[in-house]
Amino acid sequence: MTTLKRTDVERIAALAHLDLTESETELFTRQLGDILSYFDRLQQIDTTGVPATTHPVASAPVMRADEPRPSMPRDEALANAPDPGGDGLFRVPKVIG
Amino acid sequence: MTASSIQTIADIRAAMTEGLTAVEICAQYLERIAAHDGPLHAFTHVAKEHALERAASIDRRGSQDPDLPLAGVPVAVKDNICTRGLPTTASSRILEGFVAPYNATVIDRLTRAGAVVIGKTNCDEFAMGSTTEHSVSGPTRNPWDLERVPGGSSGGSAAAVAARLSPIAVGSDTGGSVRQPAAFCGIVGLKPTYGRVSRYGLLAFASSLDQISPLALTVSDAATLLQAIAGQDPCDATSAAEAVPAFDAALREPVPHPTIGVPWKILEDGVDPNVRTAFSAAINVFREQGAQIVDVPLPHATYAVPTYYVVAPAEASSNLARYDGVRFAYRAPLDAADADLTSMYNRTRESGFGAEVKRRIMLGTYALSAGYYDAYYLKAQQIRTLIRRDYNTAFERVDAVAMPTTPTPAFGLGERSDDPLQLYLGDVFTVSANLTGLPAISLPCGYVASGLPVGLQLTGRAFDEETLLRLGAGYERDAPWWRDTPPAAASTG
Repeated sequence: MTTLKRTDVERIAALAHLDLTESETELFTRQLGDILSYFDRLQQIDTTGVPATTHPVASAPVMRADEPRPSMPRDEALANAPDPGGDGLFRVPKVIG
Repeated sequence: MTASSIQTIADIRAAMTEGLTAVEICAQYLERIAAHDGPLHAFTHVAKEHALERAASIDRRGSQDPDLPLAGVPVAVKDNICTRGLPTTASSRILEGFVAPYNATVIDRLTRAGAVVIGKTNCDEFAMGSTTEHSVSGPTRNPWDLERVPGGSSGGSAAAVAARLSPIAVGSDTGGSVRQPAAFCGIVGLKPTYGRVSRYGLLAFASSLDQISPLALTVSDAATLLQAIAGQDPCDATSAAEAVPAFDAALREPVPHPTIGVPWKILEDGVDPNVRTAFSAAINVFREQGAQIVDVPLPHATYAVPTYYVVAPAEASSNLARYDGVRFAYRAPLDAADADLTSMYNRTRESGFGAEVKRRIMLGTYALSAGYYDAYYLKAQQIRTLIRRDYNTAFERVDAVAMPTTPTPAFGLGERSDDPLQLYLGDVFTVSANLTGLPAISLPCGYVASGLPVGLQLTGRAFDEETLLRLGAGYERDAPWWRDTPPAAASTG
């Protein structure tokens, strides 16, 4: 039986870059715990030697010529940015403290 | 044929042959949306000017142009598919205000075929859900009963088609997100084989499961729509090189002496008795048409839901990492004093994503995290292989596998919002087609006692959508449920 602790939820939230609220942390501890317990039934199946499916329909590797083509104009790429900065770049808060 | 009586692509063709213009048809659908979408909320954006301009350009070219198989046909587009110059938000706060800078390949192909994008439709945020309640703009309602969900995640697309607000629509199906709302709304939903349709320009949820999929009133319209969007695309390396057959022509040929497999054992528990009755009646229609019905065991089918809910959130947690407040639309307000990059990421994602998306990101991050990968993700990918083998075995004997699309008809708004696991269990019959990549169609097959529609699902061999369409067209001829219009639909009488 999988049990999920509050500290697990906090650790996962940090990995996922989510600032969960107190009530979300509590709710997810319970709900994700229930869901993970339900997943335990997967362990009943013997999968020794069974290959993993990573691509649902088998296909050969797809290759193409490495030819330059025009890409999206810079102003269009920046048009949806929350802070385009005005100098043709994405502006973000300070990275190094 | 008057504009107000139009329902299908065939109706539109007939009307245009009689002299109706694409602009008149477009205006008719825009009027229907204005008059009927208020209580339904199928659309999140009605592209009125864009659509009328497009329709006018079709009229200039002439509707009889053989290169325009969808001349003047309005199409509603799920809001997680990029449409150049139109909002594309996946019903998420984190993409509020995002205007797509390019078209998804399916939109380019639809446009080339003469279709007119009439608007963007509501969905569960990032296509995660089966009710269309998890949308930043509020829920879509079921045209058969406004107190019930339309299904999801493509609930807006399904409701729009069922209510005759658009003749056809495109959605995306990752675990049943087109077939389940099609079943709940009494229309046709077809998930093609993985790779049949390009995913370029679809906001990715789970890349090994996602497939853009047609919704329509009739099997024939679903086939015409699939024809327009199918085929390999250099922009999507997972799109398949397989030749695209002439689906329309195939429809005219019934499947000779088909064998249909039914996994009776997995239908014993947890299926609403009314759903089972409608399903059994549909199977009898096939039997009367000469089909042989055989029992097929799908021994791993009961593991499909937990397998899916490991794989899909794992892929989602990776795909949704890109929404970080830097490039796309929304960034959380920050105090200048303590603002650094990490707090910007964390606050943007916390306030930009809704509860279900966060739940799945958490679940997927956990399943992929150090120490758990083998127990969850790898194990699920192995069971995925076993589920596919079950179907391969079945297809040695049968042409298609039939089951109800959903174990229950549409449930009440808010009824399952507190218990995500219960909601996930409702996907029991749809997720296998995504895990295996196989094509599957949901057809309307009658009603439960309260008058809500029931869906019949047929799953076929890889790249054999033709058999599903032919079986579906044959069933529909003897059971034309699509002619019934729901109470909240626009009048076409």
